[in-house]
Amino acid sequence: MEFWKKNPLATGSLVFLCVMAAACVIGPGLLPASHADPGPLTYAPPSWSHPFGTDLNGRDVLHRVLSGGRISLLVGLSGAAVSLCIGTVWGLVAGYFGGRTDAWMMRTVDVLYSVPRLIFILVAINAFNASLQSWASREGIEWLVLSSRIGILIVTLGLIEWLTMARIVRGQILTLKERSFVMAARALGQSHGGILFRHLLPNIAGVVLVYLTLTVPAVIIDESFLSFLGLGVQAPQSSWGSLLADGASALNPVRSFWWLLVFPALAMASTLLALNFLGKALQDRIGG
Amino acid sequence: MRTLPFIRRLLAALGVVFCVVTLTFFLIRISPGGPFDGERKIPPAIEKKLLERYELDGPVFDQYAGYIADLLRGDLRLSTKYRNRSVNEILAQTLPVTLILGASAFLVAVTTGVFLGTAAAVRRDGPLDWIMLCASLAAVSLPSYITGPLLVLVFALGLGWFPVGGWGGVSHLVLPTLTLAAPAAAVIARLMRNSLGETLRMDFIRTARAKGLGESAIVVRHALRIAILPVVTYSGPLAAHLLTGSIVVETVFQIPGAGGFFVQSILNRDGFLLGGMVIVYCGLLVLFNLLVDTAYSRLDRRIQSPA
Repeated sequence: MEFWKKNPLATGSLVFLCVMAAACVIGPGLLPASHADPGPLTYAPPSWSHPFGTDLNGRDVLHRVLSGGRISLLVGLSGAAVSLCIGTVWGLVAGYFGGRTDAWMMRTVDVLYSVPRLIFILVAINAFNASLQSWASREGIEWLVLSSRIGILIVTLGLIEWLTMARIVRGQILTLKERSFVMAARALGQSHGGILFRHLLPNIAGVVLVYLTLTVPAVIIDESFLSFLGLGVQAPQSSWGSLLADGASALNPVRSFWWLLVFPALAMASTLLALNFLGKALQDRIGG
Repeated sequence: MRTLPFIRRLLAALGVVFCVVTLTFFLIRISPGGPFDGERKIPPAIEKKLLERYELDGPVFDQYAGYIADLLRGDLRLSTKYRNRSVNEILAQTLPVTLILGASAFLVAVTTGVFLGTAAAVRRDGPLDWIMLCASLAAVSLPSYITGPLLVLVFALGLGWFPVGGWGGVSHLVLPTLTLAAPAAAVIARLMRNSLGETLRMDFIRTARAKGLGESAIVVRHALRIAILPVVTYSGPLAAHLLTGSIVVETVFQIPGAGGFFVQSILNRDGFLLGGMVIVYCGLLVLFNLLVDTAYSRLDRRIQSPA
């Protein structure tokens, strides 16, 4: 509680993020149902009935920003969760067993750091997605055909963002495992798994959570990078990245459709800023 | 003695490029659909001829071996989408554009970053210092596909100071360079401020002060030499960041660089063009990291000294 009182910026960020998440989850349902569908009113500037204006197909931009945020936040959170699982287990095992295991696992992380991951991911997502989609349509799994791309995005982005997490967890474990409570657990004959998950994991939970708040914006940025280039989330679904792409392509010298660009940009920028402020404040608190 | 670690690093770097190229080759193969699946169905006989011409027939492993052999000869093969144009040709046309953009952004980022960081470190906790802290957090949080279009909206469409996009004179270069360089300059300024702040508290600076050297001479001639090291380390990843970032910037500002072809080659399943792009991007990234590693031990004599 003390922490939140001393850091109004962090508190404000947390409140803002909660409001944004709630708006994205329930907001689209509260708006008139017709806002989701194409209408006759194309490229209407902001007004009372359409506060963020309408787009090329007459869809309400506020609705699109909120439902796009739903996908961006979903991918950001679940991608970060995937990276959390891999990174934590990798770092736990490397730090706890030490010696040759540690050397090999950490060397692998070093090598992966030097691989241009985002370039690789550009190629991988589209290759895997085509395979998964054709498999799903052959097997007749309807929902997977529709959202295969989002699933692939979550998994692959999680797969490229776990390296820092692994390093941090390993560093923590290296100091923790020399402490007396771990020795005691070992002397009592507890299994490795028991020590790892019952004694060590709860002790690093704080640090891990802090880095999770910094991983989420990183994954959101990666996702919207891909979507902006047209290689991520595809129509009819949208994310903040693809909305920004629409907005950017609607820029022209003849008539300015600024609302198509400014509102998605505001939503995404404020969310990223809030996440980074919160993460930085928490990081300062644990002295990381 | 000194060259041995360098050669080992070079071999590791080449290994990384080779692995990424191999993965790219097989990833394109495992995904369903071929490079010639257009809107019109091609008669099987013609498709067979095409596959033969582009050496995409026969067992996959033979195709792979043939491709690698061609690569080693410096032949990146033909694009399957832009027929009759070789990948070498496309790269020769587009890569200089990307490199000019990247180099100008790099220069702008390093000079403004070092300058602002130095100013902030000399007047620590002043208003400039505080403004920079906020600005750098904002600049790092905002990706180029947000700042780029917004800059176009304000400075090209609103004020009309610069062209909306395209490639030509220096005026075309201003907005894309600014978009690419801003976040990098922010990071460099932070690095520079912290490391110069630390350096200015070191013993040899006190000695320099004691012998009556002016403040500017201390900063420029003594402190900067040491304080610039973190910036050198960062410039490797920075070059990488500018290259991948320029894919987006080229899209936003409609610049005819390599980035657009990179994206198109993925969408078109243009395997050889994609392969060429991956080799170039990946090779450049790995090369920059290698250069930084080498430059680092040159600049910081403490790393080399035996004692």
